[in-house]
Amino acid sequence: MTGWLMNRSLLILAALLLSAGMSACSPLGKPPADNLYQRLGGEQGIEALVYDLLVEIAADERIVERFRDVNIPRFRQGLESYICSISGGPCEYSGESMQVVHAGHGYTDVEFNALVDDLIRAMEKRQLPVATQNRLLALLAPSYRDIVYQ
Amino acid sequence: MSKATALILIKIILLNGVLALATVAHSEQDRSRLLATGGASTIEGSAGGGIVPMAVLSGYGAREEQGGTAFASHVQVPHYSLSVVGASWSWRNRLELSVAEQRLSHRPLSQLLGVNDTSIRQTVVGAKVRLAGDLIYTPLPQISLGAQYKKNYDFLIPSAAGARDDSGTDLTLSATKLLLAGVADRNLLLNGTLRYSKANQLGLVGFGGDKNNSPELLAEVSAGVFFNRHWLIGGEYRQKPDNLSFISEDDWYSAFVAWFPNRHISLVAAYVDLGEVATFRNQHGWYLSLQGAF
Ligand code: HEM
Repeated sequence: MTGWLMNRSLLILAALLLSAGMSACSPLGKPPADNLYQRLGGEQGIEALVYDLLVEIAADERIVERFRDVNIPRFRQGLESYICSISGGPCEYSGESMQVVHAGHGYTDVEFNALVDDLIRAMEKRQLPVATQNRLLALLAPSYRDIVYQ
Repeated sequence: MSKATALILIKIILLNGVLALATVAHSEQDRSRLLATGGASTIEGSAGGGIVPMAVLSGYGAREEQGGTAFASHVQVPHYSLSVVGASWSWRNRLELSVAEQRLSHRPLSQLLGVNDTSIRQTVVGAKVRLAGDLIYTPLPQISLGAQYKKNYDFLIPSAAGARDDSGTDLTLSATKLLLAGVADRNLLLNGTLRYSKANQLGLVGFGGDKNNSPELLAEVSAGVFFNRHWLIGGEYRQKPDNLSFISEDDWYSAFVAWFPNRHISLVAAYVDLGEVATFRNQHGWYLSLQGAF
């Protein structure tokens, strides 16, 4: 890893630590006990998963540069509320659509695969069951066409 | 296990050991497609399962990368054994080029016919192009068109059996889809291949025959379930032509377990049922294939 990449990774980690504890979801009532949100460990589980994902991204030379000027605490919160809302949790994702968020950057097939790879690593680190991992991936995979080569 | 079989197994293990060492130098992140998306190496060299090719391209190169494989496989049934070694190279998840060297040992058949030759060798050179779709990320299945040029080097027995040509070209059209959480929240792999061919027993018994000498459309399917991302369990079916009146040819079946410990090595073990093969009935047995990817 080159020097500045290392610095970048450390910066992301620092931002992560500083932003710890910020809550992404505003509870809107109790979701059913067996939905994906619950299987991901609810609000705390998703926060921990996104944290681990960011740690993986910070160490992934293929994509870490893409996050050079990104407001990490904001990105973290956006991702948390996005996963919370698509998994049936009690949150409303208030950001722009996947297409609008990612358009104009020309994210590549390699980069998309890299991010999915990092997510799988993060899910394994959190020891999420295979079934839960697959269900989350099934929800995220179709965003490929909104994100890649846009 | 016979001596010859043991020898072949040792060869396979050595070959892949060397491959593994050669590829360890590469970082895990040089090839970006997800684990198992390069499939295994079929006995004809193309990426797929064991006997049925799929629309996936070999190796793990995404659309800004390349990738390749080398493999060794062995099929053992009561009266025959088939050894295959081969390699492939894929470019930008668009084009796959492959080569496979097959050697069929048929000592019982030689004894029956009273001939000296005990093996038939064939080379298969393949090209496959991804036309549309992505295995995982698009609603459309991944669709690929392939061609396999085959050259049989030991045409004596095939011609005596009534085969017309010692070379031929198969065309394949495959559609393959991985349905995430597709069955009981496990990932489900589905593949269908249409083959246009007049190859007898892959081409090992030549091409065309007295009964039929024109290519036919043949159906092949495979399906599997990923127990987790490292283990795939599934089966295959391959329709076969029946071009020779002297020896009949049955459809093939396999049931397999594939193991993908990482992006560099994969291992497939299968039970295969080849039916009647050149006068010998009930040719069922085992299949083993080891692949190194780089
Ligand atoms: C499954 C695939 C992906 C999903 C579900 C996803 C989701 C998201 C979400 C929810 C946000 C936050 C939006 C907001 O709150 O404003 C975001 C932002 C972002 N994404 Fe993705 N993303 C994916 C793939 C990628 C890829 C492949 C890259 C490039 C390597 C990427 C780079 C970014 C960047 C740099 C931002 C921050 C944008 C900004 O704040 O300026 N994403 N993504």
